[in-house]
Amino acid sequence: MELLKQSFELLEKRELAPKVNLYKVRAPQVARARKAGQFVIIRVCEGSERIPLTIADADPVAGTVTLVVQEVGSTTARMAQVKVGERFADLLGPLGAPTHVAKIGTVVCVGGGIGIAPVHPIAQALKAAGNRVIGVLAARNTGLLFFRDEMRKACDEVRVWTDDGSEGKKGLATDAIKEIQAEVGQIAEVVAIGPVPMMKFVSKLTKELGIKTQVSLNPVMVDGTGMCGGCRVSVDGKSKFVCVDGPEFDGHQVDFDELSRRQAIYKEDERRAMERLVKEVR
Amino acid sequence: MAPTIAPVPKDLKKRFQTPRQEMPAQDPIARGKNFQEVTLGLEAEAAKLEAYRCIYCKEPECVQGCPVGIDIPGFLHEVEKGNFAEALGILKSTNLLPAICGRVCPQEEQCESLCKTGKSKGNRPVAIGRVERFLADWERAGGIAKPVEVAPPTGKKVAVVGSGPAGLACAADLAKLGHKVIVFEAFHKPGGVLVYGIPEFRLPKAIVAKEIANLEKMGVDIVCDFAVGLTATIEDLQKAFDAIFVATGAGLPYFMDLPGENLGGIYSANEYLTRVNLMGAFDPEHNDTPVVRGKNVVVVGGGNVAMDAARTALRLGAEKVRLVYRRSHDEMPAREEEIEHAEEEGIDFTLLTTPVRYLGDDKGRVVAVECRKMELGEPGPDGRRKPVEVAGSEHQFPADVVVVSIGNGPNPLVPRTTPGLETKKGKIVARDGSGRTSMKGVFAGGDIVLGAATVILAMGAGRQAAASIHEYLQTGTW
Ligand SMILES: Cc1cc2nc3c(=O)[nH]c(=O)nc-3n(C[C@H](O)[C@H](O)[C@H](O)COP(=O)(O)OP(=O)(O)OC[C@H]3O[C@@H](n4cnc5c(N)ncnc54)[C@H](O)[C@@H]3O)c2cc1C
Ligand SMILES: Cc1cc2nc3c(=O)[nH]c(=O)nc-3n(C[C@H](O)[C@H](O)[C@H](O)COP(=O)(O)OP(=O)(O)OC[C@H]3O[C@@H](n4cnc5c(N)ncnc54)[C@H](O)[C@@H]3O)c2cc1C
Ligand code: FES
Repeated sequence: MELLKQSFELLEKRELAPKVNLYKVRAPQVARARKAGQFVIIRVCEGSERIPLTIADADPVAGTVTLVVQEVGSTTARMAQVKVGERFADLLGPLGAPTHVAKIGTVVCVGGGIGIAPVHPIAQALKAAGNRVIGVLAARNTGLLFFRDEMRKACDEVRVWTDDGSEGKKGLATDAIKEIQAEVGQIAEVVAIGPVPMMKFVSKLTKELGIKTQVSLNPVMVDGTGMCGGCRVSVDGKSKFVCVDGPEFDGHQVDFDELSRRQAIYKEDERRAMERLVKEVR
Repeated sequence: MAPTIAPVPKDLKKRFQTPRQEMPAQDPIARGKNFQEVTLGLEAEAAKLEAYRCIYCKEPECVQGCPVGIDIPGFLHEVEKGNFAEALGILKSTNLLPAICGRVCPQEEQCESLCKTGKSKGNRPVAIGRVERFLADWERAGGIAKPVEVAPPTGKKVAVVGSGPAGLACAADLAKLGHKVIVFEAFHKPGGVLVYGIPEFRLPKAIVAKEIANLEKMGVDIVCDFAVGLTATIEDLQKAFDAIFVATGAGLPYFMDLPGENLGGIYSANEYLTRVNLMGAFDPEHNDTPVVRGKNVVVVGGGNVAMDAARTALRLGAEKVRLVYRRSHDEMPAREEEIEHAEEEGIDFTLLTTPVRYLGDDKGRVVAVECRKMELGEPGPDGRRKPVEVAGSEHQFPADVVVVSIGNGPNPLVPRTTPGLETKKGKIVARDGSGRTSMKGVFAGGDIVLGAATVILAMGAGRQAAASIHEYLQTGTW
């Protein structure tokens, strides 16, 4: 067991798409302990927020975890300024309950936009358990897609869909599921990760089709260990803490509208934090 | 330590006639707008006068009122003579964190409630806590600088899980005995509730930081960003350590399961206080973490946590802070001093009232709380009269922030990930006086064993566990 103070050095950084970066960070404990579906909480520097990010990949031997992050606000923008060789102030993990992995048949793993990163380790684990895994990469346009090769390695088959048809087929993630169902008949399970509206509409469709569906929720978090209750969502009419009870839930039971509203609580503060960052950088 | 028995002095009458020294405090209106400490501490002369009020009882009951049995007359007698260093030595031999305990202990229910001076007609007890705080502050201000002596290394390694008062106290004692101690903390900063819960205006964070720095000087390593149960399990730790002390506290917030409780702007006290204290949301110039700053804030509850949340809301600029509590003033579990401070600052106490549902706007943010009136019925099993709802008494208060402060359960992370560790209602079962759990080499103490309790009890449990860990490390017997 490594008992030294941890230092979360950034070892590698790569742009995957505009405003989407891959970060490889030294975190041997986390790399060793993590399972598919788990995430970390990172604090970039003094004064910045604690934000949750899925562990997109990990190398327990090299002691590294890979994060794929979309720049959406001040903390993710701050993260993008960190250079290889520098350190993140804090990284806590692996958090959350691991994905339940069993051999069930044909599984469709849908990654929408940045959701491709969190769906990747789940596809890996499901395939390792002997399932037939069909990956779906969905995005507004080709420029926003990434991890094509990684997903091909993790899945038996990968299909690409874009809203504007600039790569793969033209249409939405829901269209992809309809197409696969028509071809293979029996889908044992859908795993859908991406923006809330996408998870909501996929869940609506699969409920009609009677396909079990797992989604991974992304509410605002603080501690990530179940002590604040800030990440609560309604699932089947009951309050759940996403950081410890999830992040994956049965998509047919999630109150997605409540989740969207809770995500938007800090809009005004987020704008202010961004202004502070811009001032600092200048 | 056995309390000091000293000959009774001749000037008892004069001692009785000395008035209790008032605690200087910031002006209530001014302090409601800042996060600086509310009480300012006694000056040296006032501390001496206060100590002089001790009447040298033959059987000092105050000591029995102290959960860790500090030799209270002993240190008061030294303060009276102006021997602050000696007094501090006596105090610190049982209480490692006097600057913290002097500020947050419920002295009025413990030592001071049994003080004989206070029992005499028209008199009030010796302000033991204020003198304790004075000594600790005097030391911090540079009064003495005596490094703690550490025994030669024993070669034994102990893991302490959680860095609240229980973990810190245990770590300090073990380090003194020469054991190698590593403290694991899930948050990015050590201190437990002392840093994320209790607000700056009651317990300045610099004081906690100083205590932790002292611990590090003694050779204790503190590893933050490490959640035991997730980053590594207790089983993993068992392979690398000779003993483990679990002090993970009571960090599971309770909600009431009311309609609308997940609306935006409704917080648990843990989240609200963590955002403000640990993440610095009170200072948006330097910190990104936001907190909703309401005009109309409703705090639900009547304990210390509720007082802290209400007074924090005021300092964040609320125009009206209403504390809604289902029983009456007499049943409120908060310390009397905190209730008084909150009243002085203008917190509105809406008693015998309970929330029944929350109303929101079209954006999903809370706008009002619907409440019902309560009456006190028959005494329940705990002796407190049970509140009963008054039918048809529904009424609403406007609210753009609600802080639910109705209590915390034991932190479930370690129990959930440690098969074989015996628990009862989520609390870890540990033997009285030793902290030994159902697993060999694993000890537990503080709020994770007692349920939400107090700093001094957590500290006492940490010290007891340290003594019993030491014994276990030497003898190997369980
Ligand atoms: C379990 C989990 C896993 C996640 N995995 C990834 C991932 O792999 N890659 C990725 O790019 N993003 C991921 N996210 C989302 C990521 O945490 C947010 O994009 C990030 O917090 C935004 O911070 P910001 O300061 O840059 O943006 P802000 O300007 O603060 O906010 C933009 C939006 O991000 C969300 N957000 C803000 N603060 C938090 C917070 N503390 N916790 C959660 N969400 C917040 C809100 O919806 C907000 O509207 C994940 C979220 C969760 C809960
Ligand atoms: C707002 C508030 C006000 C209070 N006011 C008073 C007061 O005035 N007077 C008083 O006497 N008491 C007060 N209390 C109670 C007092 O703070 C607690 O009783 C005391 O802190 C308990 O100490 P502890 O060491 O058991 O746990 P805590 O202080 O809760 O510390 C536990 C620590 O363990 C960490 N942890 C948890 N799980 C893990 C894990 N799996 N791995 C690693 N780390 C972990 C937590 O992050 C935390 O830092 C108050 C409590 C609150 C919340
Ligand atoms: S983030 Fe605090 S409970 Fe989940």
